Amino acid sequence: MEHIRTLNGATLKKSAAHGGCGECQTSCQSACKTSCTVANQKCENEENR
Amino acid sequence: MVHTFEALGVYIAVDVNSGAVHVLDRAAYDALNALIAAQGQDPDFSQKPQGAGPAWEELKALYDQGLLFTRDDYIDAPAMAYLGEEPPIKALCLHVSHDCNLRCRYCFASTGDFGTGRRMTMSFDTAKRAIDFVMEKSGKRRNLEVDFFGGEPLMAMDTVRRTVEYARSVEKAHDKNFRFTLTTNGVLLDDETIDYLNREMSNVVLSLDGRREVNDRMRPTPGGQGSYDVIVPKFQKLVAKRGTKDYYVRGTFTRENLDFAADVLHYADLGFRHVSIEPVVSEADRPWALREEDVAAIEAEYEKLAAALLERPEVNFFHFNVDLSQGPCVIKRLRGCGAGCEYVAITPDGDIYPCHQFVGNDEYRLGSLYDGTFDRSISQRFAQLNIYTREKCKTCWARFYCSGGCSASNLAVNGDIQIPHEIGCQLERKRLECAIALRAIRAGMSE
Repeated sequence: MEHIRTLNGATLKKSAAHGGCGECQTSCQSACKTSCTVANQKCENEENR
Repeated sequence: MVHTFEALGVYIAVDVNSGAVHVLDRAAYDALNALIAAQGQDPDFSQKPQGAGPAWEELKALYDQGLLFTRDDYIDAPAMAYLGEEPPIKALCLHVSHDCNLRCRYCFASTGDFGTGRRMTMSFDTAKRAIDFVMEKSGKRRNLEVDFFGGEPLMAMDTVRRTVEYARSVEKAHDKNFRFTLTTNGVLLDDETIDYLNREMSNVVLSLDGRREVNDRMRPTPGGQGSYDVIVPKFQKLVAKRGTKDYYVRGTFTRENLDFAADVLHYADLGFRHVSIEPVVSEADRPWALREEDVAAIEAEYEKLAAALLERPEVNFFHFNVDLSQGPCVIKRLRGCGAGCEYVAITPDGDIYPCHQFVGNDEYRLGSLYDGTFDRSISQRFAQLNIYTREKCKTCWARFYCSGGCSASNLAVNGDIQIPHEIGCQLERKRLECAIALRAIRAGMSE
C-alpha cells in the first residue's frame, strides 16, 4: 500500500479463541495502584502467542 | 469503531474491535476522517464516493480484510457468560502495616492509618490466614499474587518474611505458585533487606516523586524534613543489585508539578530504567488535586514526555508500554483490574475490602478473616463491572486498553463505582495515543 501501513493486525480478535485463563497478573499489582492500564500486562497463555 | 488521531507528528487509525493499528499518510488520514464524518462508523464500501482519492481503495482493502470498521460480535455468548460469573480470588493487597514513616501530603491512607487513628502492623497469624484464604478461594488458578503494602511494609518485615516462608512451605502441596511484590518508600532499606527483596520479590515498586524539590514538598518525614536524600541512594543500590528482575520507580504527580516529564527524565538521570508516574487521586478541594482546567496542560506534557523518550529508548515508562500484539487477551480486557472479585485488600485486623483504595470505607467492607464472613453481594457487584456494563465505556475507543478504569477513583469523584472519572479517562486516552505513536515511530513507520 502506498498511503497506509499496518502496525498491528487483528490480534485482539484472535486472542478471543484462547482467552480467559485468568493466570495473568492483576493489573493493579504491577506499578500503578491508582490509574489502570491493562494493555501493558503480559499474557501467561502460550497458546495466545 | 475506528479512532483516528495525530500524535508526535504521526497519523494513526485504531480499529478498536479487532485491535488493528494503521499508520497513515496525510492523504489517507484526511480521507478516513472525511469518510467517518460523512457516513459514521458503518460506512458503505460497495461504491466509491465521488471525488474520493486513491487512499479510498486502500481503506476498502483493509475493510475487506477485517482490519477496519470491524464489529465486536466475535465476543460471543460463552465470553459474555464468562463475564457473568464471579471469578476466583487470586490476588491480595496485604496491608502488613497501617503505619508509615513518611507524611506524604496527598496520602489516600491518611499517612498510614487509613483514618482509623490506630497505627498498627499485621500479625503473622493474620497474614497466615490471608494466605490460607487466597489458596482456598483461588479455585483452579495456579498463579497467586501477594503485594505487601501499607502504610509502609518495611515496618513489618518480620511479618513479610514469615508470610513468604509460610506460603512457600504450602504452595506445592496445593499446586499454587505465589508471586510476591512489595511497594515501599525506601526509608528502612538496608543491605540485608535489599538482598532479601531482590531474592524473594518478583517485582518491587519504589516510591519517589522525581526531582528533589518535588519529592520533598509532597513526601516529608514526620519531622518535616525531605526524604529524597535518604531514599535515592538506597533505591540506586537496590536496583544495581536487582539484575533482570522487575522493578518500577513510581511517583505521583499533582497540579503542583504539571511539568512532570522533568520528573520522569530525572528518574532516568538517576539510573532508573523502569519508571512510572501517576496522576494523584484526591478529593477535589485539595490544592494539589488535578482540575478539569489542567487537562490540556497534562496532555501536552505526556506528548512532551513521549517525544523526550524517543531519545531515551532505554527508559521503560509504564503507561507507554503497551504491547499491541502479545498483550492480554480480549477476555482479560473486558473486566479490567478485578478489584473486589479476583483481587482484594486485607487490613492488619483481617478485614477484607475490594482493594487498597476502599480500606476504611464500611459500606464496602467485604468481610473478615477472623469470623469467616464474605459478603458476596458486594463482590458480585464488582464482578459484574465490565466495559459493556459501564455505560460510558461502551462508546470509548480506549475500552480494550484501559478496561474500564479504576472503581475507587470513580467512587471518589462521582460517588459511583460504575461511572468513570472523566479526567482520568481523558488522561488515559492521551497516554495510549502517545504509547501507540511511540510504537509506530520505533517501528520505522513515521516517514
